[in-house]
Amino acid sequence: MNAPLVDLTNSLPLARPELLLAGFALIAVVIGAWFKDRAFGALSFLAVLALIGAGGLAIMFQPGAPVEILQGAMVVDGVGVFAKVLIAFSAAATLLLGADHFKHTKETRFEYPIVVTLAVLGMFVMVSAQDLISLYVGVELQSLSAYVLAAWRRDDARSSEAGLKYFVLSAISSGLLLFGSSFVYGFTGSVRFDAIAAAISEGAGGVGLIFGIVMMLCALGFKMSAAPFHMWTPDVYEGAPTPVTAFFAAAPKVAAVALMARVLYEPFAGLEDQWRQVVAALAAISMIWGSIGALLQTNLKRLMAYSSIANMGFVLMGLASGVENGPTASLLYLSFYLPANIGVFALILAMRRDGQSVETVADLAGLAQKRPWMAAMFTMLLFSIAGIPPFAGFIGKLLVFTAAVDAGLVWLAIVGAIGATIAAAYYLRILASVWFAPPAAPLQTASGMVAVTATAMAVLTFPVLVIVLGMLQDWAEAAVRMSF
Amino acid sequence: MFEIGLSHYLFVAAALFTIGVFGIFVNRKNVIIILMSIELVLLSVNINLVAFSAYLQNLEGQIFAMMVLTVAAAEAAVGLAILVTYFRNRGNIAVEDINQMRG
Repeated sequence: MNAPLVDLTNSLPLARPELLLAGFALIAVVIGAWFKDRAFGALSFLAVLALIGAGGLAIMFQPGAPVEILQGAMVVDGVGVFAKVLIAFSAAATLLLGADHFKHTKETRFEYPIVVTLAVLGMFVMVSAQDLISLYVGVELQSLSAYVLAAWRRDDARSSEAGLKYFVLSAISSGLLLFGSSFVYGFTGSVRFDAIAAAISEGAGGVGLIFGIVMMLCALGFKMSAAPFHMWTPDVYEGAPTPVTAFFAAAPKVAAVALMARVLYEPFAGLEDQWRQVVAALAAISMIWGSIGALLQTNLKRLMAYSSIANMGFVLMGLASGVENGPTASLLYLSFYLPANIGVFALILAMRRDGQSVETVADLAGLAQKRPWMAAMFTMLLFSIAGIPPFAGFIGKLLVFTAAVDAGLVWLAIVGAIGATIAAAYYLRILASVWFAPPAAPLQTASGMVAVTATAMAVLTFPVLVIVLGMLQDWAEAAVRMSF
Repeated sequence: MFEIGLSHYLFVAAALFTIGVFGIFVNRKNVIIILMSIELVLLSVNINLVAFSAYLQNLEGQIFAMMVLTVAAAEAAVGLAILVTYFRNRGNIAVEDINQMRG
């Protein structure tokens, strides 16, 4: 056999998660074409199984050392597997919520689970990219699926507008990413991450290379919605259907953060002094702007958009803190932040009155008197996102602050502390409305699926799971040590 | 005799990229023009990639350019589809009118 064929034979078994998702998407399209929208429920259920299966396969066949597959286009390693599990978990949870919600609103179009699966496939390629080409293709597969999801409600002007804005702004950032990549390629002589790292350590580069790196970082900052590249986030979060917003707020963030970590610590590890200022600046602006922007919002989805901008700032603070503790802290921060975030969106989905969805802070007034359980869960989840002990979000914040201080970025930690304090104000404003405002008209009873998801996520914010916490920390540390 | 080298290609690509980005931000009239500007941005990157590829005597850049062309086609298809749904809902595609949500 010739060499490429041997490589393919060796690679395919390691690409099981990706193959499962791609295979499911192709078969599901045929099933959907045959049964039309009657297949929505079954396909959603199968898609959830496929996502969980992909995450499970990723853990089960995790190699002991990084293995390059498909002639070095992708790599299977610790950070990739950690990110894939987080992505699969959050995509499956938000897909369950979405299937339930669309059944209630009678928008059961069978393409929904398929497009979500394809977006997740793109994210899997992103987090295991090992050269600039697979990086670009992964980002685009994820983004193209995301544009379609944002414009999912075809008859709704706001949803189409969200899709259009997302498309135009995201296309500019893809252009930046490519322009930066072309300079990195030109000044290092290769698109492969290991060859780029080798060229940099031999002293390649100069202004052209730095220019390319900064452009790539700006584009990746856009994809993870870090300020000042966040302008699309509030509009898209508000306009897109709520289950889609829940999906956007969870899985793509993990993919973008893991990709950013890989780009910073693999090809560009030798230029840490140069990129650190850029990443630290992105982190500082995100933490402050995300917190201040949310203060004036009344729409809960818009508010959560600003909250996600601020939280991405904390993740970037971890990434800026050097390979010792930085990536581990960021990955752990994300794995505590995601469940709380998904839980809040489950509760927003549960806010229905007379069959219509409502989504402003005022609609929550006096929730505690009518639905004490829902109010209690809101409190736990928002406390966790705000980083108030003893909830899990506090541990995440502690880790990134420690990493930043250890790396000598004390000023960044101070900026973060100010941002977190401002942010606490608007989380507490929601809770004040929930517990102390005179009651608004009562909300409908939440559907079973939404209630179960919200409860499960609220349980996950509790640090009573100390054993799980220790395991997670060991796992993240081992993953980062293996990859970088 | 005047010789065309790498830097000339890079200048052309940078000029096209700048025109494309300005076309997106300065244009206040029509979303179709934004789609054209996006194509211009992607094609300027292709000039860069192919010029570097020829200069470095390395094929990777040309393979990258092929990928960019393919993805650009898919991107245009998705963009136009979203534009059609937007037009159906709003009845026009003027850039100034894309402002239902703000704040």
